[in-house]
Amino acid sequence: MAAPETPPTSNLRYAFGNVLSIFILLLIGVLAFSIRLFSVIKYESVIHEFDPYFNYRVTQYLTKTGVYDFWNWFDDRTWYPLGRVIGGTVYPGLTLTAGSLWKILNSLNIPLSVETVCVFTAPIFSAFASWAAYLLTKEVKGVGAGLTAAALLAMVPSYISRSVAGSYDNEAVAIFALIFTFYLYVKTLNTGSLFYATINAMAYFYMVCSWGGYTFIINLIPMHVLLCIVTGRYSSRLYIAYAPLVVLGTLLASLVPVVGFNAVMTSEHFASFLVFIVIHVVALVYYIKGILTPQMFKVAVTIVVSVGLIICVAVLAVLIALVASSPTKGWSGRSLSLLDPTYASKYIPIIASVSEHQPPTWPSYFMDINVLAFLVPAGIIACFSPLSDASSFAVLYIVTSVYFSGVMVRLMLVLAPAACIISGIALSEAFDVLTRSIKYQFHDKTENPQLSAGDTSNNSKTDEVKMEKSEDSLKERSSRKNKKKAKDTEKASVISRIEQRLLVLPFEVSLIAIFLLVLLGAFYVVHSVWAAAEAYSAPSIVLTSHSHDGLHVFDDFREAYGWLRHNTEVDDKVASWWDYGYQTTAMANRTVIVDNNTWNNTHIATVGTAMSSPEKAAWEIFNSLDVKYVLVVFGGLVGYPSDDINKFLWMVRIGGGVFPHIKEPDYLRDGQYRIDSQATPTMLNCLMYKLSYHRFVETDGKGYDRVRHTEIGKKYFKLTHFEEVFTTHHWMVRIYKLKPPRNRIRGKTKKSKTKVSSKRSGAKKNPWH
Amino acid sequence: MGKSATTNDARALFQSLLSAYSATPTNLKIIDIYIVFAVVTAVIQVVYMAVVGSFPFNSFLSGVLSCVGTAVLAVSLRIQVNKENKEFKDLPPERAFADFVLCNLVLHLVIMNFLG
Repeated sequence: MAAPETPPTSNLRYAFGNVLSIFILLLIGVLAFSIRLFSVIKYESVIHEFDPYFNYRVTQYLTKTGVYDFWNWFDDRTWYPLGRVIGGTVYPGLTLTAGSLWKILNSLNIPLSVETVCVFTAPIFSAFASWAAYLLTKEVKGVGAGLTAAALLAMVPSYISRSVAGSYDNEAVAIFALIFTFYLYVKTLNTGSLFYATINAMAYFYMVCSWGGYTFIINLIPMHVLLCIVTGRYSSRLYIAYAPLVVLGTLLASLVPVVGFNAVMTSEHFASFLVFIVIHVVALVYYIKGILTPQMFKVAVTIVVSVGLIICVAVLAVLIALVASSPTKGWSGRSLSLLDPTYASKYIPIIASVSEHQPPTWPSYFMDINVLAFLVPAGIIACFSPLSDASSFAVLYIVTSVYFSGVMVRLMLVLAPAACIISGIALSEAFDVLTRSIKYQFHDKTENPQLSAGDTSNNSKTDEVKMEKSEDSLKERSSRKNKKKAKDTEKASVISRIEQRLLVLPFEVSLIAIFLLVLLGAFYVVHSVWAAAEAYSAPSIVLTSHSHDGLHVFDDFREAYGWLRHNTEVDDKVASWWDYGYQTTAMANRTVIVDNNTWNNTHIATVGTAMSSPEKAAWEIFNSLDVKYVLVVFGGLVGYPSDDINKFLWMVRIGGGVFPHIKEPDYLRDGQYRIDSQATPTMLNCLMYKLSYHRFVETDGKGYDRVRHTEIGKKYFKLTHFEEVFTTHHWMVRIYKLKPPRNRIRGKTKKSKTKVSSKRSGAKKNPWH
Repeated sequence: MGKSATTNDARALFQSLLSAYSATPTNLKIIDIYIVFAVVTAVIQVVYMAVVGSFPFNSFLSGVLSCVGTAVLAVSLRIQVNKENKEFKDLPPERAFADFVLCNLVLHLVIMNFLG
């Protein structure tokens, strides 16, 4: 940087720079907010997907009854007949945030409805998240990198996908809490102030309240502390940054009912305790080293090592025995599936069935973080020159999040802030180099046209030049500092040496490079806006399609829930596959059997078995659960691919996992699920087939299924135990009622039936007969 | 031969530790006594839990963690107030103490909530 000319002018420039950055930050906030409004403009201000409906219902309850009733709420309208303890199984951060926002706005006489507040919570918090990214990157590299990172985060498609207006889910506030907690940790690490350590613990508390992904923080920070200790960067600031966080953080985490005692008993937190002990040992060692003479210290080391090793081995043996006694070694199912990607598919089919839990493909990286995918390696190199505690944290963050994003597509969301920070650093460094070359060349041309000062560094790899440049600028700075009192001749020789070492790109090359970088940014912006508008703004409760006669809107889901709400009794139970549970309780206000929380595998397997059984068996299962109505989603008429027939394989697998009389090969022909004339008789007789295709042949005479692209196998059949009560306009949702049991049973009695079935092999008895 | 050498070494080590420690200023020694008190209280609580059982687990946790927490915060205060520590030479000790009080306030608020 050029030496300041006179203090007043540099102060003015400094002040102007500050005002400009604040203005830029404001604009970035507005950008982050507005890019997420596409769904509101294209569709309407409605809550999207499935999970947000549950959060919306909980927020409604909170605003109606207050915090104490919400905290102690036992919900009997779901998981009939088990119910669900909402207070103890929900992460309250999001609902409390939106609830308090609503309360504040209403007390200021701004009468927004709860739905509006819920819909717009995510865009507001994404603006906050960009500002938090600015703060974090400013701590790592500087203001320029901070602004670039904030601008990148405002638009990164991966984050937009989970925080559009209407996507009222935990990640909307959790990503802000994540970045803010990391910022406070790095700030504490840089300043060593206990004040920031306190606020760090409180931000961590907010993160624990908001999302189950808080375990990422409580494992990444100990990893970073360990890295600093191992690479010899231990300092007392590290102790102040880490130790209070562990104690306060564990306490605050146990306060949240969902986490409770898991904060001290599950393996996810053991890393933090282990590193807590390690950092105390290291602190003690450094302290003793400071007060002893070197040979005394050697003696101390030999004694301590021999004694301490024995104690360590003993404690470790006890710990290993404790941990090994639990079957999952203390880890929860979800965390285990992160560490071992094949775990879920082998042991927990429900986790494996969620499409968000599949590994991502390469195109999804370019879709979700676009240009940042190539800027990240450059940024990692930029972080190494110079390497500080904060930049080592940034590198560790990006490396771990890249690994986890490779395991589950859903965790691309954790990768997005890391990628933005690192790419912000890379872009800012590149601009630094290029503008410095231009400035130098300009300065050179205007002052001394003969100075040829080594300007031949036409490396095509910008990062190499970057590294050399920053190395030299460092040397230049240190050499300037050391030689402050140098004589003129020495100064001149220093300057010529600096000019010889200062590798500067030619003027035209720098100009073209800046232009190309700006073009890169433009491509990124164009892609992000396209992704936000086309790919990620669909509310998935309303579908649209473009045909030759204009826009066609499919509002079947809300039609069905509305029908349920108005045409059934308040206490009627509705059975459907677990995907639609939250929406049914929120919009139709009816009790459901299973919903998206998927906490009880046996209950879901019961519903899955019912859907895969013949009509009579299914009727008996549903009757035992007091079910009145059954809801199926069918996409065959309009070509909607996420219908229940396509999900049927999971119903069979999950049901078969608990009830062995459901065998998957019974439904497969040549290893495939088919519904045409080649389908197996078990498939053609199961409840799902019958409920989906009942009277389907009446639509076009042939029963052509537009999703499976075949005609159906069994076209003409009547339902004996169910009656159809409602089918929506495009046949997407079909509701059936259970027929009441017959008054007289003619013919064979039940006794002879059991005799017949027991005559066959005693194994694999159907528990429902 | 080796054993007597090690015991001699141990004794010499112990003496040098004692002499080096007695050279620390009094205010730091007061903080050290406070830390020792907190850790001893934590150990007493753990022993009590081992005898009586851990039934209200939240009370046990909050008790032990409050002792450990105050010990950790006192260590942080000692680090910041220590004149020999180069990194904190422009931090006034009053500011360090104010931070210490604030953090303790938050810690004890959480403890009292969790005590049950």
